[in-house]
Amino acid sequence: MADLSIEFCGVKFPNPFTLAAAPPTDSAEMVARAFEAGWGGAILKTTSVETEVVELVYPMMAGLDYEDKKLVGLENIDLISERHIDEVEKDVKALKKEYPDRVVGASIMGAKKEDWQELVRRLEAAGVDLIECSFSCPHGMPERGMGSTIGQDPELTERTARWVKEAAKRVPVIIKLTPQIADITAAARAVKRSGADGVCAINTLKSLIGIDLDTFVPYPNVGGYSTFGGYSGPAIKPVALRCVAEIAKAVDIPIAAVGGISTWRDAVEFLLAGATNIQLCTAVMRHGFRIIEDLIDGLDVYLEEKGMSSVRELVGRSLPYIVEHSQLSRKHKVVATINHETCVKDDLCYIACRDGGHQAIELDSNRLPRVDENKCKGCGMCATVCPVYECIQLKPKVGAM
Amino acid sequence: MGVRARMQELSPEVRKTGFDEVERGLAIHQALAEASRCLFCHDAPCVAGCPAGVDVPGFIRRLKTRNFVGAARLMREANVFAGVCARVCPAEELCEKRCSSTNLSEPIAIAALQRFVADEEMKRGIKLPGPGAPTGKKVAVIGSGPAGLACAHELARLGHAVTVYEAEERPGGLLVHGIPRYRLPLAVAEAEVGAVLESSGVEVKTGVRVGRDVAAAEIRRSHDAVFLSPGLGYQSSLGVRGEDLPGVLQAGEFLRKVAAGDDVRLAGKVVVIGGGNVAMDAACAALRCGASEVVVLYRRSHDEMPAWKREYEFAAAEGVKFEFLTTPVRFVEDGGRLTGVECVRTRLGEPDSSGRRRPEMIPGSEHIIEVPTAIVATGQAPWPGLVELFGGLAAGKAGAIEVCRETQMTSVEGVFAGGDAANGGATVVQAVAEGKRAAKAIDAYLRRVCK
Repeated sequence: MADLSIEFCGVKFPNPFTLAAAPPTDSAEMVARAFEAGWGGAILKTTSVETEVVELVYPMMAGLDYEDKKLVGLENIDLISERHIDEVEKDVKALKKEYPDRVVGASIMGAKKEDWQELVRRLEAAGVDLIECSFSCPHGMPERGMGSTIGQDPELTERTARWVKEAAKRVPVIIKLTPQIADITAAARAVKRSGADGVCAINTLKSLIGIDLDTFVPYPNVGGYSTFGGYSGPAIKPVALRCVAEIAKAVDIPIAAVGGISTWRDAVEFLLAGATNIQLCTAVMRHGFRIIEDLIDGLDVYLEEKGMSSVRELVGRSLPYIVEHSQLSRKHKVVATINHETCVKDDLCYIACRDGGHQAIELDSNRLPRVDENKCKGCGMCATVCPVYECIQLKPKVGAM
Repeated sequence: MGVRARMQELSPEVRKTGFDEVERGLAIHQALAEASRCLFCHDAPCVAGCPAGVDVPGFIRRLKTRNFVGAARLMREANVFAGVCARVCPAEELCEKRCSSTNLSEPIAIAALQRFVADEEMKRGIKLPGPGAPTGKKVAVIGSGPAGLACAHELARLGHAVTVYEAEERPGGLLVHGIPRYRLPLAVAEAEVGAVLESSGVEVKTGVRVGRDVAAAEIRRSHDAVFLSPGLGYQSSLGVRGEDLPGVLQAGEFLRKVAAGDDVRLAGKVVVIGGGNVAMDAACAALRCGASEVVVLYRRSHDEMPAWKREYEFAAAEGVKFEFLTTPVRFVEDGGRLTGVECVRTRLGEPDSSGRRRPEMIPGSEHIIEVPTAIVATGQAPWPGLVELFGGLAAGKAGAIEVCRETQMTSVEGVFAGGDAANGGATVVQAVAEGKRAAKAIDAYLRRVCK
């Protein structure tokens, strides 16, 4: 078996798979079951000081289904944990006692300096391995001056991170960032300047998941009203992957990736994009802690197939291949080729090219699509719409190499 | 919910002309799409529907993420004959019957997915868990079919030294000597049998028949426990005149020759007597051996046929004809050769002990079907001599060795049994399950009794 362990901000994880601060980590009992299943670490659901009273609303979840696929995205209007810091301290102690080789992190959120610092001191004393600060929750908390209100302002980010770092004597501190900022690297730089140890990217995206066409009330419907929520799940993966890669290219800081990671394949992509630690939530909420089996097994088999002995060999490997748009080759020419043996004559490539491309596909007398290589720019749109496996492929344009 | 994936298969017209595998497997994109239909139930009912206990959602999830190696490993953990079972299991009656997706659209094509994983694994080479730390205990396994080899492999994993005794020249039992090649290619059977033997390091003595080449007492003396899995080798008699004529073939022997690739040629019309899966196999094999027409005679009606629905449909699609409510009374000869089968019509009377209505002959309905060849497929039994050889094992009515359902132990202490010889004839996956169960019980027995 390959070495799946990682070191993130000085903390050793037996494997990179960590439960994100969310409903699956809202009790020691749940986290213990996750550790039994094989998870490397868990960030306990965000806690605050007792002056910040948390009152949740129900229902708080609504999913986005796309065609026949359930839950491509999930919106929640959940808030931080309702559980008192006293209870969270007990959870930390119990979990560290029972699972000393796993990483127990705690997510915190405060309104003022004293709150942040008190939370850090208490959790550090309880024996937590890692502190994660939520500067990024997009719903509920910002209207109280917390959450993404901080993360959207690099100055506030730096100042608040500094407070936390000041209080943390031993334990590393990471800052969870919001993607809802013009330049996420500015936020990451602010964290770096503060002296905090790492970043976690990304928190959910602020969303309105849908509206009931009969009642006009958006989802989730809480007694006739709704509110903007936080969007997660597979649908946000490309945004998260971009954020991780942007930060990794611009700032020398350890990154915990979170946002739409469901499988070991997703995890590998985030490692390649520069993350060291991998956090999951929505996939766990859907399929349970048991998904860790394939996460670990799949990553292990992949490393073996690639001849790699450690997961660390993957980190950042794709970054050299991400360049500015202006640096991309203008000489690279490709053309769409259609396999007429497997074509089912749905005309989808034809219509996509005609109304969204370059009018390069014509239908012949047998309704088979034929590509005019002089008109085809090789944009690739036809291949994205074709429902037949590997029917349309982009191949180098003859004479263009 | 998408549509259930279907394997490409040879048309009845094409397939009946040879022994090429009929089902061609799923393409990768089909397998991935089918895997994404799986609901990944928590306490998945399909797992309980699999006698071998394959972690179905577990392997499908791995397949879905393209972790084919992990999918195969998980599958093999529960069933060393996963590729064989993917082809021959009546999945529609086992795992797939319980699939939760049935209530949404159609059950997940579990067997087809299992086959995809096994086929991918075959390309890389099958990897099975190896032997455990030696315990110094010795176990004899009689018969190298799926029950015997599953038991041997599990015993080896538990650290016991296993010797397998096989009467045939090639190990594999029914897998290489019974199941027609168009269902289970020899290459697949041999690859899995080979992988089991290679990984476990068990010793196989082929061409050795217990009672003829080695005494049962000697086997008992030199081993701490014995597992009997000889299968069904004994054709029960029809009790009809002319049964020993040269043109009257026993289905087991006929299928054994066909599976071995012997040049078995038939000509003209062929009658197959019986209504079970073996009769369906014999009928389809007869077509492939040159029969111009095949008629299955069954003494009850369609509804009482013990053959699985899909086996019956498979044969019917190839043009096999069925004469229900018909039973042979005499094989007709001319100059020592079979020339026909004299039959009578039957009607169904009161239910018999099996709960099926007993066929009664209709007087005056005698008629002769002119054929040069008849194949008798009316049921097989374990070789009756076996029970005496091992010290008078208790056996049931049909000759099946009686065993404890939890441990597979026979009435003789230290002698266990499983597979068709103990269950009277069931599926490959059932044989695997019994072999594994016996291995665990033998292990417990050895630790308790033979300290």
